[in-house]
Amino acid sequence: MKPRQQRMLAVGLAIVGVGIAAALTFRAFDENMMFFVEISDVVAGEYPKERNFRIGGLVVEDSIEREKGSLAMTFRVTDMRCEVGVEYEGVLPDLFREGQGVVAHGRMGNDGVFVADKILAKHDENYMAPEVAESLAQHVDEKMQPLQEVGTECVSG
Amino acid sequence: MWKFFHHLTSPPHYYRVGATLIPWLAIPGLALIAYGTYAGLFLASEDYQQGDAFRIIYVHVPAAYLSMLAYAFMAFGGGIGLIWRMKLAHAVGAAAAPLGAAFTFLALVTGAIWGRPMWGTWWEWGDPRLTSELILLFLYFGYMALRSSIDDTAKADKASAVLALVGVVNVVIVHYSVEWWSSLHQGQTLFKKGGPGMDADMLYPLLAMIFGFTLLFGALLARRIRTEVLFRERRTRWVRELVLAPEGGK
Repeated sequence: MKPRQQRMLAVGLAIVGVGIAAALTFRAFDENMMFFVEISDVVAGEYPKERNFRIGGLVVEDSIEREKGSLAMTFRVTDMRCEVGVEYEGVLPDLFREGQGVVAHGRMGNDGVFVADKILAKHDENYMAPEVAESLAQHVDEKMQPLQEVGTECVSG
Repeated sequence: MWKFFHHLTSPPHYYRVGATLIPWLAIPGLALIAYGTYAGLFLASEDYQQGDAFRIIYVHVPAAYLSMLAYAFMAFGGGIGLIWRMKLAHAVGAAAAPLGAAFTFLALVTGAIWGRPMWGTWWEWGDPRLTSELILLFLYFGYMALRSSIDDTAKADKASAVLALVGVVNVVIVHYSVEWWSSLHQGQTLFKKGGPGMDADMLYPLLAMIFGFTLLFGALLARRIRTEVLFRERRTRWVRELVLAPEGGK
């Protein structure tokens, strides 16, 4: 083997080696790499019991209830299979609304309701003009109806 | 063709070709950025949810993309420099690092400014996309610090090339972080399945900005490589002749 080919091999092996090491590390810490826990896992009891964590999902339509005269509110979050009730008191981000992605930080209460101390809104990868969104919403509403009913087979809180 | 590239990699030849190359990159680049800025601010309609705030993507997306492209130049230059012992390749890596760091910083800052009103937070520790992009910035800093701490250019080239190659894994992580793990950051818009998730009047200015930024990056890189080459070859005869020539090194 020529010296140049040896160097080529060394560089190639170094990149592959670092890649494998990184993949193994991330596999070992997989749960800690997740920014939030899926709702189905929360309902199944697969979440950190002794510390705060984040849940992520969509805010269920017509589920937001505000307490009069305060910032306290409750709403429900779904991943289209399962649902969790959330309690929160505080300021909300601009993008928070029904049907939108949301990430809540807090802990699980004994009654199965997630008590959030921080709410973040998650934006999806679609950008469009208001008029386009409106006409799209009319089509989606007709098709999306069945999905709304699927969301209640497992519930917490 | 092959001979042309081989010829280009000789420092004095690159120094001449680079000078003619720069305006061909910079002028179309600036024109595209001018169009993209105007169209992005005035012609593109507002977003159905974010209103006018989405317009920061016209800076954020090109900056984030170039933060990774500059790293690719750095690592590729390092790899070629190590394997083929090519002087110019190491100069490319050295020239790309500060540009990459600047674009990474810009991507992080514009992301935070957008994140405060939209997500409700400037910064979230533990988010894979945000954290890996921050690590990218530190990799650039590490590369530049390592380079400047070694006086011998040949040794600095080797050490920093190894660092750049090891860090390649992080660029892959930045790109796929939103797919592999749950993240606050949204997924791919431009290359998602079923075409870009964006209206045409918003999309074209974005593409113009991406290409414009890339050309401008090319022009800045070509210019920085020229400077780097001149410094590295400062003791050679062609640089001496160039400097002593009547027109003074043009």
